[in-house]
Amino acid sequence: MNDPAISVRNVVVSYDNRRVLDGISLDIARGETMVLLGGSGSGKSTLLRHIIGLAQPQSGQVIVNGVDLSTRDQRELKKIHRSMGVAFQSAALFDSLSLEENVALPLRELTRLDDSTIRLMTWMKLAVVGLAEFGKLSPQALSGGMKKRAAVARALALDPEILVFDEPSAGLDPIVAAELDELILALKKAFKMTVLVVTHEMASAFRIADRLAMLYKGSLIAVGTKEELQSSSHPRIRQFLDRVPDRILETAAGRQSIERYLEGGQL
Amino acid sequence: MNFPVLDHVGSSTVGYLEYIGGLVIQSGKTIRALRKTFPVIGNVNRWKSAIRQMLAVGVDAIPMVGIMATCSGFILAMQGATELRRFGAIQFVIDLVTIGFTRELGPLLTAIAVSGRSGSAFSAEIGTMVVTEEIDALQTMGIDSVDFVLAPKFLAALIMLPCLTVVSNACGILAGGAFMRITAGMAFGVYISGVIHSIAMRDVVTGLLKSLAFATIIVNVGSLEGLRVRGGPDAVGRSATSAVVKSTFLVILADVGFTTLFYLTGGH
Repeated sequence: MNDPAISVRNVVVSYDNRRVLDGISLDIARGETMVLLGGSGSGKSTLLRHIIGLAQPQSGQVIVNGVDLSTRDQRELKKIHRSMGVAFQSAALFDSLSLEENVALPLRELTRLDDSTIRLMTWMKLAVVGLAEFGKLSPQALSGGMKKRAAVARALALDPEILVFDEPSAGLDPIVAAELDELILALKKAFKMTVLVVTHEMASAFRIADRLAMLYKGSLIAVGTKEELQSSSHPRIRQFLDRVPDRILETAAGRQSIERYLEGGQL
Repeated sequence: MNFPVLDHVGSSTVGYLEYIGGLVIQSGKTIRALRKTFPVIGNVNRWKSAIRQMLAVGVDAIPMVGIMATCSGFILAMQGATELRRFGAIQFVIDLVTIGFTRELGPLLTAIAVSGRSGSAFSAEIGTMVVTEEIDALQTMGIDSVDFVLAPKFLAALIMLPCLTVVSNACGILAGGAFMRITAGMAFGVYISGVIHSIAMRDVVTGLLKSLAFATIIVNVGSLEGLRVRGGPDAVGRSATSAVVKSTFLVILADVGFTTLFYLTGGH
């Protein structure tokens, strides 16, 4: 792959002698939508934190737009942060600021634009996500879906080259989640951005992805297109796609044990 | 060989040293970031944020600090008068209250009140920001959380703690005057001239210097406790409690250090 937007090279992360990421390598091409899949505890959130520069790996490199994130050059790091917009799972909006102040925050803090330009740009970003008339509201007055869209507007504030979504559909009803998927597709089409999405919602993943990467217990077990993943015979991928649980408490002994516990006994 | 007690002592010591190290590093960063909160030369948004913090840390605390100082001034005068009356030296209550407040009680009572009110609030606010990923969001935007969150709080505390200390000194001394008027029938004018006679500029200045050190401790302990929050809302609650306990403890330790220093240098 020629000059990928994001390149993860042999990243190893351990907490308390437990390997959370075990030699992960992954390239994300410019203009590509990569969906990072994996169950709970698979390490996808940890990998995301390393890609967005919130943590440093014990070994390996994360390279964004050609810059190794372990660099101590603060100017380079700032440039990378400015080229990357992140929409967090919890939206991470500042409750003490109004919606438009939240979106304007990176513009006010990191640019020297005058107030009228900032107001216009803020309105445009809010309009892109369909929240232009809600700018004066506090984040507390917004629904879950509106908060997520507001987080996208803030992530778009500095016109980033890379847009990152952490669990965009989490906690949303299927209709709002589908609207958010369409928003991601529309943004990608309009701004030609590289998009990285971390999710475990399969319908959403297959709707928006160009390629998918699947993590299992800290290792990448598959990277490929939707078709490649869907036709995979890897047992863990099949289990994930076919929604097969790990443990089935359907044995008579298991059920009796739970009934005993519910009646006040011990498991 | 395995020595569990030594292991425990060793790991606790390393833990305390790590905490103190973290506190010193963070204090350094906050002091460096302070310039950016100044009006005119700094960022206007930080200055506005600092003003909001001044209202919360200082103005809103005036009633509490005032009442605490008034009660303490009255108690000090009462306790002092009980003993001094036996020696016919009740007029020394004026010196006791004036010197006691300007040197010690004014700054200390104020710091304890602000630690309870604002130290816990800083910790809870920053801890909640950690839990809701707001601190992470700042970092990914390339905005320094020390500049954005901590520095305005620090400037507010540095300005408001000395102001509250002055309020505390005034309330404590006036309470002493009220006591003397009620019990000894001393005219208020006489009391005030006694206060003017016994008050020393050095005591007032050292008291205010102490309050600056206390402000540094309260803000940085509260903020560090908030930034160390891991987990959910229960961790935020624990961090608020921990912020009050640790900052009050460190304020008293710092006070011992200052008082010893001033005593040894002959000022007291």
